Amino acid sequence: MIDASLFSSALTALTPILFAALAGALCQRAGVFNISLEGSLLVGCFGAVAGSWYTGSAWIGVVVAVIAATAYSLILAIGSITFDGDPIVLGVASNLLAVGLTSFLIRTVFGTEGSFSDPTLRGLGQFGPIPGQSLLVYLSWLAVPALAVLLYRHPWGLRLRGVGERPEAASSLGVDVTKYRYGVILAGGALCGLGGAQLALGSVTLFAENMTAGRGWIAVVAVMLGRAHPLGVLLAALLFGLAEAFGFRLQGIGLPQQATDAAPYVVTLVALFLSNFKRKKGQPA
Amino acid sequence: MTRVRLIAVPVVAALVLGAILLLATGTDPLAAYGAILSGAFGPDGIGDTLAYAVPVAGMATALAIPLRAGMVNLGGEGQLVLGAISALAVGLYVPGPGLVKVVLALLAGTLAGAAYAALAAVCENRLGVPLLISTLLLSYPAMSLAGYLVRFPVKDAGSSLPQSPQLPEGARLPELDGVTTGIFLVVAVIAVYAVIDARTPAGFETKVTGWAPRFAIYAGIDRPKLTVRLLAVSGGTAGLVGAIAVLGFPYRFIDGALITPQYTWIGLLAALLAGASPLGTLLAAVFFAALTSGGFAMERATQVPRELTAVLQAVLIIFLAATSGVFKRKARRA
Repeated sequence: MIDASLFSSALTALTPILFAALAGALCQRAGVFNISLEGSLLVGCFGAVAGSWYTGSAWIGVVVAVIAATAYSLILAIGSITFDGDPIVLGVASNLLAVGLTSFLIRTVFGTEGSFSDPTLRGLGQFGPIPGQSLLVYLSWLAVPALAVLLYRHPWGLRLRGVGERPEAASSLGVDVTKYRYGVILAGGALCGLGGAQLALGSVTLFAENMTAGRGWIAVVAVMLGRAHPLGVLLAALLFGLAEAFGFRLQGIGLPQQATDAAPYVVTLVALFLSNFKRKKGQPA
Repeated sequence: MTRVRLIAVPVVAALVLGAILLLATGTDPLAAYGAILSGAFGPDGIGDTLAYAVPVAGMATALAIPLRAGMVNLGGEGQLVLGAISALAVGLYVPGPGLVKVVLALLAGTLAGAAYAALAAVCENRLGVPLLISTLLLSYPAMSLAGYLVRFPVKDAGSSLPQSPQLPEGARLPELDGVTTGIFLVVAVIAVYAVIDARTPAGFETKVTGWAPRFAIYAGIDRPKLTVRLLAVSGGTAGLVGAIAVLGFPYRFIDGALITPQYTWIGLLAALLAGASPLGTLLAAVFFAALTSGGFAMERATQVPRELTAVLQAVLIIFLAATSGVFKRKARRA
């Protein structure tokens, strides 16, 4: 039941979530509640497939995905920062916009409905010692310590956390709160673009309507479960990836797919309970 | 004046953006918008619009109820599906005369949705999982359960699709001109919500909690209790909508049939658009339903994908959220 291939498929499952959850953690640290991760991921998926299809290069697809998802995250940035709109309303609407827009585009650009795949569409291919994993998988793991160092060992991260915890104080010390918040939302968009590219061009090469299927929401949960710390977020995403991979495994021994599909969500919910219990006992407030 | 501008500016902005998108695909925007309008309200389309408006308005109301107190229920899909599958089970397996079955099925759907949403509220109150997350996470197991049930134990043996058998003749909600009689139930729920919201202490407590949560606690409103109550009513309404959907045509549960049309999410957008006020939510829901059914007509007339209307809906909300912030700020300054 538990072997190397279980971890390999867990790795595949967790990578898009990890990218999106790191994006969410950055935003959380700067005091921006970002629930538009799902939409950014989906836009990233579409950008990756469109870029790869038109240029014949998966890596240009990744670049297009990053640009598209970053541009998409401007909706949240402009709406919530410049116009002071409600981030939850903006997030829900922009997630729905991503579904509508990519379904609209798949039909106007590719002329098909439901999903688009083509034998000539380039995927990311394999890289490195672990079979079946793309370069982006390794990149997502490298991003964890990189962001941890940036947030906790670098003046930039200190200012960023200041912006999140005491925006007025940070502002009075000359830190441009608006600029930092725009920065994290756009950087978050870029990370979601990478996640989307991995999802659409990593282990499969296709775009399907609504193919993110709640992964962006799971990332929002992972941010909470991991207390917006890169390492915590990694552990949360790993838990989800393992639950999903284990679910696949259980299907192999005859459990219906519908039962195992629910497993990651239930596991996440239980993990949230447990982590809150512990915190309530450990901390007086 | 401000209220009119508040809605008019985003509507115009969304229409302009849609027109740009249409021009980019080489379509005359006026022709496309004309097709949406005539498709939604013309003699051939009005029935479709109403049929679509029943679940959207029902879900919009369900999600508006806690939203009035500033609580977002993101688990509508799970509550909807659980209500549908519970009503189906009663309709299929409970013996008795048809009318009794229909009433019991509607009750079962409502109760199932209410209990499930209340569970999410308990998760927030007792276990500290924010409502936004607990409702959402609980939604997925419910959808999986329904998917499992109609694939295995309650599968229609004569069909290859993941769907249940049809409900017996007597245990159905009849249709009037293609619109389920469940529409009267949905209208009744909205009417009750409007009266409670405007005329009762419970409605006032809810609104106060939405306007100023900390003041509400200070004023002695028991927030955890209110959360459970509001979520139960919200989930109950969602469950009722699911029950109506199953008891109406095609009189069975088809996996994905309540999820794919995005009733829940469009309903949530409608509730957000209207600031959860009862009649505003109804109007917004009918408007969105008309856009969606008009989208099908536009697709037939102009070959523009119907998803354009989904884009318009979301863009409208985004502009609304953004400009409401601007007006809010202007008001604060003044």
